[in-house]
Amino acid sequence: MALLEIRNVTRCFGDFTAVDNVSISIEAGEFFTLLGPSGCGKTTLLRMIAGFDLPDAGQILLDGKDMFGTPPEKRPIHTVFQSYALFPHMTVADNIAFPLKMAGTTPDEISSRVREALDDVRLANFGNRFPQELSGGQKQRVAFARGLVNRPRLLLLDEPLGALDAKLREEMQIELINLQKERGVTFVFITHAQNEALALSHRIAVMNQGKVEQLDEPSRIYGFPRNRFVADFIGKISIMNAQVLEAAPAHLKLSVAGLGEVTSPTKENVKMGDTGVLAIRPEQVRISHHAEEVELKNHFIGKVQGFLYVGDVTTYIVELPNGARIEALLPNSAPGRAKFFEAGDPVAVSWRHDAGTFLND
Amino acid sequence: MRRSNIWLWSAAALAYAFLYIPLLIVVVYSFNDSKLNAEWVGFTLSWYVALFNNQEMLTAARNSLIIAVSASFLATLLGTMAGLAIHRYKLKFLPVLVFTPVAMPEILLGVALLLFFLQVLNLTLGMVSIIIAHTTFCIGFVAIIVRARLQGMDESIFEAARDLGASPWQTFRLITLPLIMPAVVAGALMSFTLSIDDFVITFFTKGVGEPILPIQIYTMIKVAVTPEVNAISTLLMLLTLTLIIIAAKLDSGILRREAK
Repeated sequence: MALLEIRNVTRCFGDFTAVDNVSISIEAGEFFTLLGPSGCGKTTLLRMIAGFDLPDAGQILLDGKDMFGTPPEKRPIHTVFQSYALFPHMTVADNIAFPLKMAGTTPDEISSRVREALDDVRLANFGNRFPQELSGGQKQRVAFARGLVNRPRLLLLDEPLGALDAKLREEMQIELINLQKERGVTFVFITHAQNEALALSHRIAVMNQGKVEQLDEPSRIYGFPRNRFVADFIGKISIMNAQVLEAAPAHLKLSVAGLGEVTSPTKENVKMGDTGVLAIRPEQVRISHHAEEVELKNHFIGKVQGFLYVGDVTTYIVELPNGARIEALLPNSAPGRAKFFEAGDPVAVSWRHDAGTFLND
Repeated sequence: MRRSNIWLWSAAALAYAFLYIPLLIVVVYSFNDSKLNAEWVGFTLSWYVALFNNQEMLTAARNSLIIAVSASFLATLLGTMAGLAIHRYKLKFLPVLVFTPVAMPEILLGVALLLFFLQVLNLTLGMVSIIIAHTTFCIGFVAIIVRARLQGMDESIFEAARDLGASPWQTFRLITLPLIMPAVVAGALMSFTLSIDDFVITFFTKGVGEPILPIQIYTMIKVAVTPEVNAISTLLMLLTLTLIIIAAKLDSGILRREAK
C-alpha cells in the first residue's frame, strides 16, 4: 500500500480551479517532487496534505486512512516552510524541541533527541542561539532538524531552498539528499526550479494549471517529455512543426516542413498522418564545418546565428533552411576563447536517429 | 541645501517650543517659593509636601489609579482579542467598528455613554461607570497596536506551530501571545495614560460621588492656579511621559499609529 495516496483531489477558489482532479500515490521512503510554475497548484496541494486546507472533492489517504477530519496537529506530517518559520522568541534548541514537547516526550528524551538533531545538521554549538543570529543556510538547517526530529511519516518541503544563493543552494541540495537517505523519511518537495527537481527526486510530478502533466523518474521526464508543456518547462529544447510519414515499430519517420525527412524514436499512440512537433535537446545536436564528416541519419545544412558562452559550454543558435532555429550545445573542453564557430558560418547540423521526440498536438 | 536645512531645523524647533514651553513653565513654577505664578522667588519643595498632605487630592489620585488600572486591564484584554480577530478574519467593517471610538469626538462619546448608563443600564454613576467608559475608548488603541504587530509577522510561524503538533490553544499560548506581548504591554501602558488624565468622558460619567484627579485639578484652578496644581500636574506629566516612553520602546510602531 502506498504511504500517501492522493485520489481525484480537486480544490477551487471561486471560479478558479487550483487543483483539478489530481491523483498521485507516493511510496514510503521516496523523495517525491511536485514541480511546476507558480500558480500551477502545487502549493495548494501541499497545504491540503499538511491539513491547512481541505479538498472540495476527492480524498487524501495516509497509510490508507482518510485524513479529511484530521487537523494539521494530529497528522504525522511535518512541513519545512519557504520562510523557515522558525519561532523568533525561542532558541534553536527550543525550536527543535517544540514538536517533541507537543508530542509529550519526556524531558530526558527531548534533550538527547535535540542534541542528536543538532549534530545531524552540524549545528552542535548553536543550540542557545536565537534564529535571528543565524545565517540563511543555518536557519534552513534548523528548519530541517525541527521538521525531522519527531520522525514524521512524511516531510513536506515548500521551496525550502528558494531564499538561498546559488552556491549555498547546491550545498544544501546534497545535504538534503543525505538527510533523506539517512532518515528514510518520505519527502514531498515542491519547487519551480526544474534543475533542483531533477537533481533531488526519485520521481517528479510536473504540474500545470492544476493538473499533473507527467509523473515519472527525472531521466524519463527530461528524456521523454510527454507533451509540449513538459518539454518546454524542463530544460532547453528546440521545437519544429512535423507530420508523421511512417510509424514503424522501431522508429518514426517525420516530415518537417522545409527541411525534409527526420527519423525519431517511436512513441505509443502515434500513427501515420498525425501532426505535432519534433522536439530536440541542444546537447543532442552536433554541429560541424563540413557536411561530408557527418555519418548520422538526420543531417542538414544551417547557418550560425549567434552563440552564448557560459563558461563550461557554449550554446550555438543555428538557422535551418526552413527558417526554424535549433540550439546546439558544445562543451568547452579546451580553455580560453576556443570558439569553433562564428556568427554567419555555414555549418552541418546533425543528430542521432534515437534523439529527439515527437509530441502530438 | 544648507539653507533649507536651517529652515527645517528652525521650523522643528518652533514646533517643539510651541509644544513644550507651556509644560516647562508648569514644571518650573511647581518649585517656585511663592504663592503666585508671577515671578521666580526661590526653589522649594513645599508644594509637593502640601500636596501629600491634601487628603482630598490623595483620594482623587487613588481613585484615578484604580480606574486607570482596571480600565487598561479590561481594554487590553478586549482590545487584544479585537486585534487578533481583525487580523484573522480580514473583514472590512471590523476595523472600522473598533477604531471609530478612537476618532469620535470625546464629548459625543461622553454624552452617549451617559445616556446609555442612565437610561439603558439604570446604573448609578460612579467608579464602575467611569471604568466602563474608559475601557470603551481604550479598546481601539490596544486593537490598533496589536494588529499592527501581527501585520508585520510571518503568517507561516503560526501554521508551523500547528503543523508541529500544537493545538490552536497551545499555538496561542506558546507562540502568538509571546510574540504579540510587546504590543499588548504597549497597549496597556497607552490605555493607562489615556485613562488617568481623561477629563471629558470622566466628567460626563462620574456622577456626584468620589473625586477623580483631572476633575479635582480643574476644580482647584477654578479658584486660582496654585503652585499645588503645578506640582500635581508635574507628577502626572512625569508618570505619563515614563509610560509613553516605555510603550514606544516596546513597540516602535506605536508612534506611527494607523495611517489608513
